[in-house]
Amino acid sequence: MKALLSALGAGFVFGTGLWVSGMANPRKVLGFLDVTGDWDASLLLVMGGAVAITATAFRVVLKRQRPVFAESFQVPTRNDIDFPLVAGAAVFGIGWGIAGYCPGPALTALSTLSAESIAFVCAMLLGGGLHRLVQPE
Amino acid sequence: MHNFTPVSALIGGALIGLASVWLLAANGRIAGVSGILHGLFSPPDAQWRAWFISGLLLAGLAWQGAGAPVPLREGFPIVWAIAGGVLVGFGTRMGAGCTSGHGVCGLGRLSVRSLVAVVVFMATGAVATYVVRHVLGVAS
Repeated sequence: MKALLSALGAGFVFGTGLWVSGMANPRKVLGFLDVTGDWDASLLLVMGGAVAITATAFRVVLKRQRPVFAESFQVPTRNDIDFPLVAGAAVFGIGWGIAGYCPGPALTALSTLSAESIAFVCAMLLGGGLHRLVQPE
Repeated sequence: MHNFTPVSALIGGALIGLASVWLLAANGRIAGVSGILHGLFSPPDAQWRAWFISGLLLAGLAWQGAGAPVPLREGFPIVWAIAGGVLVGFGTRMGAGCTSGHGVCGLGRLSVRSLVAVVVFMATGAVATYVVRHVLGVAS
């Protein structure tokens, strides 16, 4: 139960960060991606601020024996650059550039019950399901 | 750049970073939202993922409950929202991550894979935004 409440809290703080930074607003995100328009560099500072913290604290955290509420750390170990990585990132970027939503902002924006956020999240689940069909695990 | 909001961007970014450190330190997991979402359908570890996503939703409700501004976009065609959603769902699954998993967490782990992914999705994102807004004239 502690682990689940912890996950809830982390999600809450993560989501609050998305709202505070303006990233829950797709127009703000597109203001960054639209480099030929009225360019808004805010997203760079959101990413920079977040990475400054993860890059510093992850090292410290991963030196510990185990997480507080779990048996072990589950961190990606791969370091090869393969086709699915590049093609997948390219496809994701296209969808992101079209709608202005990536998964985190889309999920927290779902709380507004706006038609576009509902449509986007349903379509995102469908897209994940399609990948599962062509590439079963 | 009159829309530039550096202070709220840095504060919000710091909260996102802290939440990612929290999830790793407490639950031993990477805060990659696409992986968390897709993993909802893999039973053994579905539960904590559902709670994390509930936290994201609660944050939105609390934000609105506090009367903070919620800039809703109007006039964006639903068909484009659906097209974007399908591509984001498929692409994040294929590329094993999104802005949080590869961006916030992957760059924080100094992962070269994640750096490549971030450069690629920012580049295709910028091209897609250009085409949709300035070639096709969609009000996005």
